[in-house]
Parts: sequence; C-alpha cells; structure tokens
Amino acid sequence: MRVVLAEDLFLLRDGLVRLLQAHDFEIAAAVESGPELAAALAELEPDVAVVDVRLPPTHTDEGLQCALQARRKRPGLPVLVLSQHVEQLYARELLADGSGGVGYLLKDRVFDAEQFVDAVRRVAAGGTAMDPQVIQQLLARQAGDGRPLARLTPREREVLELMTQGRSNAAIAGRLVVTERAIAKHTANIFAKLGLEVSDDDNRRVLAVLAYLDHGR
Amino acid sequence: MTIDTKSGNGRTKGRGIGLAAVRGLALALVSLPGAVLCLCLSLVSLALIPIGVGLVTTPYVLTGVRAFANWRRVLAAEWGGVRIPPAYRPLPRGANPWTRTFGMLRDPATWRDLRWLPVDMTAGFVTALLPAVLLFYPLEGIAIAAWMWRLLDGDGGYWYGFVRVHDQSSALGAGVLALVLLFFAHFLTPRLLDAHFRLTRAVLGSNQGELAERVRVLTETRRDAVDTSAAELRRIERDLHDGAQARLVAVGMDLGAIEALLDKDPAKAKELIAQARRSSVEALSELRELVRGIHPPVLAERGLGDAVRALALRLPVVTEVNVDLPGRAEAPVESAAYFALSEVLTNAVKHSGADRIWVDLHHADGHLRATVTDNGKGGAVIGAGSGLAGVERRLGTFDGVLAVGSPAGGPTMVTMEIPCALS
Repeated sequence: MRVVLAEDLFLLRDGLVRLLQAHDFEIAAAVESGPELAAALAELEPDVAVVDVRLPPTHTDEGLQCALQARRKRPGLPVLVLSQHVEQLYARELLADGSGGVGYLLKDRVFDAEQFVDAVRRVAAGGTAMDPQVIQQLLARQAGDGRPLARLTPREREVLELMTQGRSNAAIAGRLVVTERAIAKHTANIFAKLGLEVSDDDNRRVLAVLAYLDHGR
Repeated sequence: MTIDTKSGNGRTKGRGIGLAAVRGLALALVSLPGAVLCLCLSLVSLALIPIGVGLVTTPYVLTGVRAFANWRRVLAAEWGGVRIPPAYRPLPRGANPWTRTFGMLRDPATWRDLRWLPVDMTAGFVTALLPAVLLFYPLEGIAIAAWMWRLLDGDGGYWYGFVRVHDQSSALGAGVLALVLLFFAHFLTPRLLDAHFRLTRAVLGSNQGELAERVRVLTETRRDAVDTSAAELRRIERDLHDGAQARLVAVGMDLGAIEALLDKDPAKAKELIAQARRSSVEALSELRELVRGIHPPVLAERGLGDAVRALALRLPVVTEVNVDLPGRAEAPVESAAYFALSEVLTNAVKHSGADRIWVDLHHADGHLRATVTDNGKGGAVIGAGSGLAGVERRLGTFDGVLAVGSPAGGPTMVTMEIPCALS
C-alpha cells in the first residue's frame, strides 16, 4: 500500500516513516510542506495520505486545505489528517463531502502503533477514523435532556462512541470483550432509538451516525 | 541661594517686573508683525489652492506657521512656565503636494494655529504690550514730577493720564499717579504676561481636559494590561512547572528505571513503560490545554470567525454563529476579541440558564462588533465580581467597549466593540 506522508517536524516524519514501513506500507513520498504535498498527491496517486494539519509555508492549516483540495480533484482519495489538537470544525470539513475515506486523529495516537496503523488501513479502505476527542465532544453536546441520545444505555453509548470512530462490529466486540452478536444487538437498538436506517456498510453506518449527530439537534 | 531668597525678595521681584515688561515688549513687537504676516500668507496660499499654486506653497507656509507657533511655545515654557505641547500629526515624507497640503489641512492642529494668529495679533499683542506700558508709563510720570515737566509745559499743559501738568504741584500730582500706577504694575505686570501665555495656551494648545482624560484612561488600561499579562505569565509558568514539566521528569525517571529493570524484571519494566507512555500522553494534553489558553490553534490558523465557530461547537448549549468579516484583524485584537467572547459565552452557559445562544460578529465603520445574545433569565451586570468586568478591562486595552443589556427575566445581550482595521 503506497502512502504519501506530510509532516514538517523531521523527528516525527522519520518516526512515522519507520512505523509505516515496519507495517508493510510503501512510502511513496515523505514531504515537509504544503506545495510539495499538493504536487505529491497529484503525481503519485497514493492509496492513502497521512497529513499534518499545520504545514509550511503558512504554518496555518495548509495541510488540511491541501487534503481537501486533493479530495475535490479526486473524490474519495483516502486522507488521514493528524493534528496537535482536534477541532470539530475541521472534522466536519473533512466529512462534508460524504464520500468517506477520511480520518482525523490527534498526533498522540501514534504512540499506540497498532491502533494507529489500524486507523490508516481503515481510512485507506474507505472507512473513517475519528479521534475519540471529537466524538466525545459531539456526544456530550447531544446528550442533553429530551434528545434521543439521552435514551441510550451507558453500554449503548460506549458502543456508539466506538462505532462513530469508524470501528467495525468485530473491532468493537474485541475492544469491549463481548461477542460480536451482542454488539450487533446493541447497534440495532442504537439505530432504532436514533431513528437511523440499518446498513451493513461500515462507512455508511458511521457517516449516518455522524450526520445524525451533526444535524439532529 | 535658598538663604538669600528672603532678603533678596524685593530686589528679585523688582527685577522680575522689569524682565516681564521687557519680555512683554519683545513679544508684542514680534507677535503683531509675525502673526499678521503668517495669517496673510496663509490666507493667500489657501485662496490659491483652487488654481494649483496654493498646493505648492501651502505646505511651506503652514510649516512656517508651525515654526512660528512652536517658537512661541518655547517662549511660553521658558518665560512663563506655561507648557503648550504641540500635537501635530506627522507629515508623510516625500508625498506629492496634494497629499502634503491636504494632510496638513486635515490636521486639527493646523486649524488651531490659524485660529490663534488673529487672537495673537489682537488680544495677544495687548496682553504682551500692557506690562511694558504699565512699567514704562509710570517712569515717565516720575520723570515729569522730577524735572521733565519743564520741557513739556507747552500751550494748555501736558496731559499725563488725567492730570494736566502745568506747574510743579501738578507735576507732583502726576508723580503720585505714576506711583499709584507703579503700585498696580507691581501686581499686574507678571500676571499680564502670564495671561498672555495662558491665552496662547487656550487657543494654541489642544484640548487639555480631553487629553488629560485620555492619558488617565491610557495609564489605567496600560496598568491593567501589564497586570493581566504578568498574572498570565505566572499562571503559564506554574502550569508548566506543575504539569507538563513534572510529567516529563516522571517519564525520564521511569525510563531510567526501565533501563535498570530490563534484564532483571521484564514484567515490571513493561509495566513502567506503560506508565511512562501514559505520563507522556498526559503531558501532551496538558500542553495542548495550555496552548489553547494562550493562543487557540484555530485562531492562529483560521482567524477570529472560525475560532469562534470552533468555540461554539465545544459549548454544551446550542450556539448559532454568524460571521461577516471580510478580512483579519491584527493578532492582538483578534486574540482579545476571542478571549472576551470566550468569557462572555462561558458566563452565558454557566449563569444564564439559556438553551440557545446567538453570536453575531461583523466589522463596520472601523469597528469590530460582536454581539452575544441568549434566551436565559437575564440579570447580568458589569462589576460586582462578575467576569464581565474582566472582559471590559481586557477590551479597554484596545479602546474597546462593552455594553450589557440584561433585564431580569432575560434575554441578555452583550455587545462589544473594538476599533480596528481589517487586512
């Protein structure tokens, strides 16, 4: 699997390259600025891009803008955005086109190599990988009185949280140490309570939940 | 010197009167022709602007007027102890005659100069001349009383004031009048000169009251700004010291222990590695919070509009944000506005009991205007230990103002306005 990597800090870029290579990714390019990233995304057509939000020359949200632009040119281009901080505002912009294949994670998540590589694979496969912080903020907002979310049991909320991060039923079951069938039952309950259509497609499932959380207020 | 003052008081005073009279005479001799010349040249030059000649001459003439006025400012300070601070706006250097001329004409100080010239040639002239007259006229009277009446005794006598001098006794009368005048001159001469300088200040000086008030406000807001930034630095230092720094030290210690345990007790080492990782994650999240408190990332990356949108997304109350900003303000202004809004929003969430908040952000007439409205229970006031007083102080540094409309029962509307330009 070919990866384009954009990160301006040498230490972190080097670490990411080694981490990804250790997990059998091919590094098509490892760049350190916005214009280089834009060129690499256009020319190399990678399977997935791992991009830092803040990149030279502007040191603002150059990386995010590059990723969004590349996705407009090539819809569905899988992009995993890394950031020193996560903002719902940016998460929404990434999810806005509804074509999936996006991730938005805190840089710290790299510490857990297995989970991080799993997230890259999920995004590359067209799924989503949202940082738990974004999801928690979303859920905290939505959990007010009288909203459908308030009717979920604590266990269902836990499942919902993992589901909106982009995990499959199998992954959630593994995480919560229960059977996959139990998770399937929980998800069915969640969809019923939130009034969402059940879908087998992992990606559509997450997007439906996110769309609900975003607009269902 | 100080011992001398008492004994030499009379002499000093006498010299003071003489000095005031001489200075007054000099001032009168200069102010009348100087002011008349300046005024005439200015009027002619201004009148010639429509045919273009005035565009070239006006800057020079007005610069001359300024020099004249500045010289008088110096005299007022040196002779009368009256300080008249000049308040001219700096002129754009090397600009074309048009901008130079109109730049000067737009400066209120220029118009104060031009207004001052007729005053100086009339009232200024009189107040400058009178001290000399008051001193020298009695000298003439005394001279008459002494012997000079003989020279002046023409047909019908010589009038000194209201005394007709025709013989020695009437000359003595004139002498008495001279002494009375001299007595008044003793009081009036320095005061008249003082009056002259005060008159100059009243017309030529900028509005002192307004200026003093402005200085007071600036001094106060500067002190507030310095206090807040010092407190902020202390908070940051403390947070770093107690938080991230301590955790990184712990990570280092854990790593040291791991190094030692690696061979002896791998299981224990593994446990410590997990602990070190947790510490580093916590250190990172603390640093992140710290950065958010100093300069929020979205503010740095996207500017005020999106920063407030992102802020609204984190609030537990549904918040609608309306932004109409065609550009970005300067970073300090953006930051002040952001933290002020953040404080107001936090207040609204904590105290208003509202379930909906509206934020409106726009720029008009050189002002950044932000309005926060909620549908809560109202009753918010500035002061009384509320966070709003802090917001007001924060905005004050930038000449911003805060207005709160919050009748009991709601709704609450907080408006802030900061003068600034967008880029």
